[in-house]
Amino acid sequence: MTDRVRIAIVGSGPAGLSAAARAAELGLSHLLIEQTDHLSDTIFKYQKGKHVMATPSQLVLRSDFDFDAGKREAILGRWNEQAAAQNIKVAYNSEVRGVTGTGDPIPGSIQKIVNRKRDGTTETKEIQRLAPPYRLTLADGREIIADAVIMAIGTQGNPNLMRCVGADLPHVQYQLDDPAAYNDEHIFVIGGGDAGLENALGLAADEAQGNVVTVVNRSAEFASAKDANVKALMTAAEAGRLTIMSESTTARIEPGFITLDSRDGEVKLKCDRIIARMGSAAPRAFIESCGIEFTSGDRLASPSLSPVFESTALGIFVIGALAGYPLIKHCMNQGYDVVEFINGNKDLKPADEPILAAKFAALPEQKSVAEWLEFLRSNVSILEGLTPLQMREFMLESAVRAYRAGDVIFEKFDPGSSLFGIANGHALVEVAPGTEVEINHGSIFGEVGLISGRRRGSTVRAGADSIMVEVSRTAALKLMSSNPPAKRAITRISTERQLLQMFGAGLTPQDLSEVLDTAEIQTVKAGQPIIVEGDLGSDIYVIRVGSMIVEKKVGGKNVFLSYLPAGSYVGEMALIAGGPRTATVKATVKSEVIKLNGEAFTRLLAAKPALLERARRDMAARQDVNAFIESRKDSFSTVVDMYSETAKFLVDNGIGEATDVLLIDEHLCVGCDNCEKACADSHEGLSRLDREAGRTYAHLHVPTSCRHCEHPHCMADCPPNAIHRGPDGEVFIDESCIGCGNCQRNCPYGVIRMDSVPPKKPSLLNWMLFGAGPGPGEPSKKWRYNNAVSGVEMPKKAIKCDMCSGIDGGPACVRACPTGAAIRVAPEDFLTVARLHREAI
Amino acid sequence: MATRAPARARRVKGEALHDGFLRYAGFRWLKIATLFSVVAMVSYMLVDVTPRHNGGSWYGYTMGTIGVILILWLTLLGLRKRAMTRGRWSLKTWTSAHVYLGLSLIVIATLHTGFQMGWNVHTLAYALMMLVILSGIFGITVYATIPSALSNNRAEMTQGQMLDALRAIDRQLHDAAQPLPHDQAALVRQSLDQAPFGGGLVARLSGRYPRCGTARAQTALRHWTGDHPDTGQEPLEKIDALLERKLAMLARLRRHLKLKALLEIWLYVHVPVTFALLAALTAHIVSVFFYW
Repeated sequence: MTDRVRIAIVGSGPAGLSAAARAAELGLSHLLIEQTDHLSDTIFKYQKGKHVMATPSQLVLRSDFDFDAGKREAILGRWNEQAAAQNIKVAYNSEVRGVTGTGDPIPGSIQKIVNRKRDGTTETKEIQRLAPPYRLTLADGREIIADAVIMAIGTQGNPNLMRCVGADLPHVQYQLDDPAAYNDEHIFVIGGGDAGLENALGLAADEAQGNVVTVVNRSAEFASAKDANVKALMTAAEAGRLTIMSESTTARIEPGFITLDSRDGEVKLKCDRIIARMGSAAPRAFIESCGIEFTSGDRLASPSLSPVFESTALGIFVIGALAGYPLIKHCMNQGYDVVEFINGNKDLKPADEPILAAKFAALPEQKSVAEWLEFLRSNVSILEGLTPLQMREFMLESAVRAYRAGDVIFEKFDPGSSLFGIANGHALVEVAPGTEVEINHGSIFGEVGLISGRRRGSTVRAGADSIMVEVSRTAALKLMSSNPPAKRAITRISTERQLLQMFGAGLTPQDLSEVLDTAEIQTVKAGQPIIVEGDLGSDIYVIRVGSMIVEKKVGGKNVFLSYLPAGSYVGEMALIAGGPRTATVKATVKSEVIKLNGEAFTRLLAAKPALLERARRDMAARQDVNAFIESRKDSFSTVVDMYSETAKFLVDNGIGEATDVLLIDEHLCVGCDNCEKACADSHEGLSRLDREAGRTYAHLHVPTSCRHCEHPHCMADCPPNAIHRGPDGEVFIDESCIGCGNCQRNCPYGVIRMDSVPPKKPSLLNWMLFGAGPGPGEPSKKWRYNNAVSGVEMPKKAIKCDMCSGIDGGPACVRACPTGAAIRVAPEDFLTVARLHREAI
Repeated sequence: MATRAPARARRVKGEALHDGFLRYAGFRWLKIATLFSVVAMVSYMLVDVTPRHNGGSWYGYTMGTIGVILILWLTLLGLRKRAMTRGRWSLKTWTSAHVYLGLSLIVIATLHTGFQMGWNVHTLAYALMMLVILSGIFGITVYATIPSALSNNRAEMTQGQMLDALRAIDRQLHDAAQPLPHDQAALVRQSLDQAPFGGGLVARLSGRYPRCGTARAQTALRHWTGDHPDTGQEPLEKIDALLERKLAMLARLRRHLKLKALLEIWLYVHVPVTFALLAALTAHIVSVFFYW
């Protein structure tokens, strides 16, 4: 039996339904083909009672179907009613097996399908495309002939699978229908996207179920999830209903247990069920067999589409999640639009057109939105991999600005974490007063903000009349997580700049190109070595994130040699002097290193004598250290041991990721708490440190006080983006804090407190002479309560050490210590052999 | 094995990161104070005052003036410590100078007296000053010796945590004592009801609490448990173990409080006597000028 229709719509999700509704409304003959026995299987499979959200809120819905945020059941019910009322023709239980043209061969339209095999070889298959109408072959043998095909199959049918050992065990599942069905289980939800978060919240919602729920997230932030979900998750975690394991991946699954690689190394946990929600990818082989090409070979790539959603196969249109649009509103709008296009409506503008038009309105040239999007996409290198549709979504969250030559784009020390792409013209970065470096058209700048959240490091001006795209930090992170080529481009540029800054010595980007081509970014777990003493190898490692310690085996014991913060390089001793590695280098916290190929680097050194000279100097200093340790190993073994042990203790206590930390020498501390009092009196009456709490080793005490981490955990989930790094390296919270408490929860060292500013105290002399007020230090709760301004409730805000930035004289805790017990140190100063020299004497 | 980018040179490598207040800057203030005292002593020998050295000679007045200025400046440490003003000052430096210049006051003031003592307000001021200095010397001694003992004793616990631990043991004791007969329960209550650091200053400073209810309860309860074999069933055995733990925690807490008390007790002499000294000093100066 063969049906003949104008439009065949494959998949009855929001996109397909909306397209079918439009076709029905326009009176076009159509058939909506659905694999299951109900409409919209993806939403049908949402967990029971799930609240379905309608984002992005600024987007206008344009569809013959209604949609608003609400419960899953309500939405499905409404759609079923509307589908019946609007006379949509649906073929249930029909799975499309193939789509082929039935017309003449299209000259020159040959599709190449590259099939990569596991052994690295590729096989290319060529398919001659045939003209429409298309024949859709169903699984039960029926055939449908259609002039146009709309692919709206989404990606949910094809979830990403777990790849670790034990992923095939029966308690690993990729879907959760009814969270109420599980009781008293240890459940791990893998994945920090919306699906994972919602599953976890559903499982943990009712305490009576007794589930112990853990969310495992690969990165530190939940960049791909909706804000509301992230907030709900944080609230649930705060209430103790579930646990969040950030920066963790699954290493192994065994019956009853799961082993995770976390920030702090491997942990094995009890686990009865694993729900993996790690996203999904298009069923690529099937789509390619229809004649549809993808933008790239990446697993996450989307099909190449024209602005009217037409794929490379004429007459086959792709919309919805498969086109790279996972949000329901987008899908429904596209369903409406695509049918209008097929019906010959050439003037229809996408629903987000007015929003985008407003963004481009202020630019000097007058172009249409589509022209602007294409202009930006083709001129800014990191955007090249985006489809026009992804460009539209990307631009909704970004801004585009025109600058005249000489205009300041941002000033040094401005707060800001956005990324800029140069679409036209060029930018000048002031690296030193009077010295400017040009950044060319197509490139990006401001990328440091993505990595470190520091204030702007230099002033940037427009070098000519320019057009720049400003990408917010969240949009940039989203771009990097959804578009691997963009991520690679950004990583390459930041790597190149880091190398240039580190090696200096008159290098140009051209010199580095070979080294960069072979460079590789590696993630290193806490405690994992990158270089092992005695091994052969000549690669150089640049520490990009985190920190490392260098150890050498002397007399069977590991002796601590030095501490390397991010921005150091290591490994050139073997390269220059030859021979095996002379020491072991391992990560103190989860770190990222840039591995530079030793041979490429050797050629660079040969070409650049100045660089070689510098590397030699660096090496000589370290050979001295090695020699020193060797020479002292007999006579000062106890001192060396002590030093190594102390260094290990400090690294265990987070000094490894610190940039500046308060230590207390308990040989000297008399417990007067003057440090706490001074801190309170320097900062609105609230102390930001707890002297007595914290760990101690060999009379060296690490009090509860901010370590100003290289990559602050507190910054990860700050809704108003109120946490920044200041010019002296201090991590501080600005006045835009909303008091949500995320940073307090994220800080592994418990140094952030939530409190409101106490009322003002009478002056010190008033207290000394007349006993007025509570005296120096933080006032008691009682005094604060009694002296509060009535009727004004002070909001609680996050409070943490800011290293007394802006206070002349430096940190108050150190200045106020009467015995000299309190010191502030950078780990690289404290953990050096220089100290050993002094103590050994 | 590696190099860091020359991005921020914050501190000279190997710079002295922490010296205590006594060793500050290579004993700078010790050297200054010693020099000061030596100059004072040598000049005392060289200057010939007739008929003999006394507070009323030009030399005596000079020493007296220096002494008064020093005393006033030394008193200001109390203000400096509490006034968290901005600027490049460090309380450690102040303490260091306070200690050594305060010690040099022994020489200055004694030379000012010309070794003339008597039962009058002048010698009272001198005596009070010496009392302040002696209490200060005691203070230096405890500051130099006790902190590491304090740190060892608390083993990473804060005072609040020690009190919490004590409370937790008390709760367990209370629960475990429920099945006991009246007379034994009364002994346990004796431990629960005791004020753990009652016994006044002597007990606090000595760390000895001879009337400790917990110790007495344990001794008394051992009359019952002593001749019974350990079965692991008896409620008294559990109580005994809990009392043992409570005694250990009490011992740690009492040691903590003893050490803290030693670190503070001298200030209860040092500071009030300083004010008495200032009063006596005023009387001394006024009377000297009044009877000129």
